[in-house]
Amino acid sequence: MINYLIRRLLYALPLLMAVNVLTFVLFFVVNSPDDMARMQLGQKRVTEQAIANWKHQHGYDLPLLFNSDEQGAKQLTTTIFYQKSINLFLFDFGISDSGRNIGADIQQRMWPSLALALPSLIVGLLVNISLALFMVLFRNSYLELGGSVLLVMLMSISSLFYIIGGQFLIGKLLKWVPISGYDSGWSAIKFLILPVMISVVAGIGSGVRWYRSLFLEEVEKDYVRTARAKGLSEPQVLFKHVLQNAMIPILTGVVVVLPLLFMGSLIMESFFSIPGLGSYTIDAINRQDFAIVRSMVFLGSVLYIAGLLLTDISYTLVDPRVRLS
Amino acid sequence: MLVLWTDALIYLLVVASLSLVWYLSRQLHMRRPLTKLLSSPVAMATLTLLLCFGLIGLLDSIHFKNTESNGNEAISVLDRACDTMRAHGEKTYSEPFAAYLYSKETITQSDGSTRWDYPRLKHGGAHLPNPDTDLMADVVTKASLAMVKMGGLLGLLIWLLTKPNRRLLWQPPSAKAVWLVLSLVITLTYSLWLLSNDYHVFGTDKVGEDVFYQALKSIRTGLVIGCLTTLVMLPLAIVFGIMAGFFKGWIDDLIQFTYTTLNSIPSVLLIAASILMVQVYMTNHAEDFNNLLVRADMRLLFLCLILGVTSWTGLCRMLRAETLKLREMEYVQAAQALGVKPAMILYRHILPNVMHIVLISVVLDFSSLVLAEAVLSYINIGVDPTTHSWGNMINGARLEMAREPVVWWSLAAAFVFMFSLVLAANLFADSVRDAFDPRRADK
Repeated sequence: MINYLIRRLLYALPLLMAVNVLTFVLFFVVNSPDDMARMQLGQKRVTEQAIANWKHQHGYDLPLLFNSDEQGAKQLTTTIFYQKSINLFLFDFGISDSGRNIGADIQQRMWPSLALALPSLIVGLLVNISLALFMVLFRNSYLELGGSVLLVMLMSISSLFYIIGGQFLIGKLLKWVPISGYDSGWSAIKFLILPVMISVVAGIGSGVRWYRSLFLEEVEKDYVRTARAKGLSEPQVLFKHVLQNAMIPILTGVVVVLPLLFMGSLIMESFFSIPGLGSYTIDAINRQDFAIVRSMVFLGSVLYIAGLLLTDISYTLVDPRVRLS
Repeated sequence: MLVLWTDALIYLLVVASLSLVWYLSRQLHMRRPLTKLLSSPVAMATLTLLLCFGLIGLLDSIHFKNTESNGNEAISVLDRACDTMRAHGEKTYSEPFAAYLYSKETITQSDGSTRWDYPRLKHGGAHLPNPDTDLMADVVTKASLAMVKMGGLLGLLIWLLTKPNRRLLWQPPSAKAVWLVLSLVITLTYSLWLLSNDYHVFGTDKVGEDVFYQALKSIRTGLVIGCLTTLVMLPLAIVFGIMAGFFKGWIDDLIQFTYTTLNSIPSVLLIAASILMVQVYMTNHAEDFNNLLVRADMRLLFLCLILGVTSWTGLCRMLRAETLKLREMEYVQAAQALGVKPAMILYRHILPNVMHIVLISVVLDFSSLVLAEAVLSYINIGVDPTTHSWGNMINGARLEMAREPVVWWSLAAAFVFMFSLVLAANLFADSVRDAFDPRRADK
């Protein structure tokens, strides 16, 4: 187990390196730091001096890959690639283009993101699984036919309409909860109810269809027929046997997204003005703050790779047939 | 005639899909799924609706230089068909079928005095002397007249068309579904188009542009995103997926490494980063993109490219798994033993046998791409703000929900068009999967 973990972690390193090189090419080679400076300072009538100042301030006034002015190892370390990309591995995100510490910002904004994403995931999971079981229970009836048509329709509505419609109906017409905003501590709950509800409803269409197909696959299997032959009732078969066996793909599907919950949801957070990492990213994109976008790309891929690792581990924990080799 | 980059690719796509249909219909093993598809009313009805959308999108892709205005503005066939809608601009918002403006302003009356009231619209219902009483009746008469005229004409046409072979062209439920959808769509479009000579059927937006026209123009953007992305994604996914599965070894390792790397970057962020870079590039090379239309077109094309690059990995993984299975089959081994070159085996034995996976995933991805466009436009990393798209319509209208009275029509129009396109695509995708997936063959 330990050996396997170490090997997987070592495999993650070249992946992260590749992500790093990719973002480096995207951010520094396609456009030179001069272009970025001009973009930030405004297009017309920017003096060379102003550009040089901006570059020096943000540490972009170094050669890209190889510094021939320095001696020894410094030839490689005093370059943009080393300073801007390698430091990410140590989770040192540096200073954003507007002069704030990115690492501190991320630590602070992680928690609101989690407070929104975790309840959405759990409630969504419960709702989707119970609806899917319900549909499987009534399979081959008009109830199921109507249900599947409804699911396709729910799936065909853009998530933007769910958000706008939900805000309008519950926030503006019924005035049950505030439309948007955030507060610290427990008082945040009243701001979180609506976004959680909306993301659950928006996910029903595709979610229930996915779980239903999982259950339908299980229902055809031999052990289910045996259970019925023993005289168990249909709900007993479904809730005890089918649900337990379908738990394996469900669980591993959830585990892979767990780390990414920290990243938050881009549109949810910005519609409801929740100060999480999602709205942080959107703000950075709109302000064209390259340092933040680069850090978030790196953070996202680290979390994704962590998710893959967790999935493999959870497989061995819940499914005795899988052995790590 | 003027051909934009996306136009050229759309023509290419039309040719490619026509030849694909021709190729499939000649393959014996594809006969069964195709007949299954043809005999399903839902599949045929949704396909008809999708083709109607496609036709409008295609009309909007034939551009030529506008001779009336000075200079380089290009207009499409659809623009020409909607000339009255384009010309009938108002000052600002107005409700659907309204005769008065949304906001009050000072009106100078004939005797020189002024009053503070809702002014009449310049074009919407302008032919009515007394809109308060006549408007409803006028709309209903015009609409029903248009529907009866077009409906009658279509009925006659369909009766004539199906006359030679009633048993094949009229009696199957799928044929009835096609005729029904076709006549519904044509009648509805025709009456709305006729009504928009005198009214704004979906209202007008903030700068007074007809919302119905915007929604029609957005069809092309949605289709371009859904289809061209596929065109970008398919070669990558097919070539890499099949090669990884067939050759194994270091090629497999390299390809797996590539798609895990791409997958691990959150796709929204990758798109955002790339679009930011394009913006920087465009502002620094402004002289190459001085035409507004060319600029918007390049951005649309680039968005498709990026979406394609981020979305080929899923299909690639599926194709790899399937090829791993296929390469152990007897007929592939026999071909290898006979000394057939690997490239030939891939082309002749592997590719036709993974075609159903490709087809299913292309149709399934289409609807999610159309939905993704709206979300990306909201984050400002989607299509150019000057391009007509449902995402931009939603984005422009969402803040107006806070106004009193609510400005709902832009959202409603975007919702109706997007919902019908995506719903049709989803239902069609389900039918395609049922027909082509061999595991569901016996059901």
